[in-house]
Amino acid sequence: MYKAAVIGDSASVSGFAALGLSVFRETEPDKITKLISRLAANDFAVIYITEPAAALVSDTIAKYRSSKLPSIVLIPAIEGNTGDGMRALHEAVEKAVGSDILN
Amino acid sequence: MARLNVNPTRMELSKLKKKLASARRGHKLLKDKRDELMRQFMILIKENRQLRTEVEQAINEANRYMAVAGSVMQKEVLETALMLPKQEVELEVSEKNVMSVYIPEFKTKFRTDDSNDIYSYGMAFTSIDLDGAVSALSAVFPKMIRLAEIEKACQLMADEIEKTRRRVNALEHIMIPDYEETIKFITMKLSENERSTTTSLMKVKDMVLKQSHNYH
Repeated sequence: MYKAAVIGDSASVSGFAALGLSVFRETEPDKITKLISRLAANDFAVIYITEPAAALVSDTIAKYRSSKLPSIVLIPAIEGNTGDGMRALHEAVEKAVGSDILN
Repeated sequence: MARLNVNPTRMELSKLKKKLASARRGHKLLKDKRDELMRQFMILIKENRQLRTEVEQAINEANRYMAVAGSVMQKEVLETALMLPKQEVELEVSEKNVMSVYIPEFKTKFRTDDSNDIYSYGMAFTSIDLDGAVSALSAVFPKMIRLAEIEKACQLMADEIEKTRRRVNALEHIMIPDYEETIKFITMKLSENERSTTTSLMKVKDMVLKQSHNYH
């Protein structure tokens, strides 16, 4: 059985604990990188990560982009939206179509 | 275009003709695959964008509640309230094959039967804003799972479309023209050989006739 995790700063992710997701309060790049590879190896199918935390480990996230699991999804942190999640979407379109035809 | 480095023989010619036929067939199939992938991708990406906007809005709203809750409650109390969740989410993962791209599908399972059983704390010592945050997150959670699914699907399909497009282009602009040119080269070379054999035969015939009958 697979599980779902949330990574980010304490204030942004605490609420998800109530839903029954595994919550990891990490804000340091090295630790997040290690955490992600550990989660990926341990049956975590979905990892939600706050945009500021994701920005620190963008290489690691890019690495998992083409593997089937886990699905790493960017969510806004408590400070608000940085637009990184939407940007990733536009990148996917650009990759597939050749130019960004959204908007 | 570069001609392939092969001997101009009938053997090679028939081999190349077969290769050209399968390259053309492959090209057509891959082009169809690319077009269909693209069609599906466009549908998915639209849903993805819609979903992401909704999820981001909902999480932002939950975060606003959370910020208020954090300001009226002590940090420790807040942490304690959320420390022991009642609920636990498990995911069932199956996969779906879309044009040979295997995309994951998630199904959620909750530990308790009632998926609304999310408040892991008594109501006495916590702010109402915390309830708001938790319920907002809980409301958006099914969408978040769908987002995880669809975002992964979009990424995998984008990869596959890129790969397929490269293959189509390689076939269309390199392999097929190369084969065609080589086939043309071999055909010309073979007919040239044939002509040269004919002329030398005629020449020999002339010489033989001249020798035996003194024809001019």
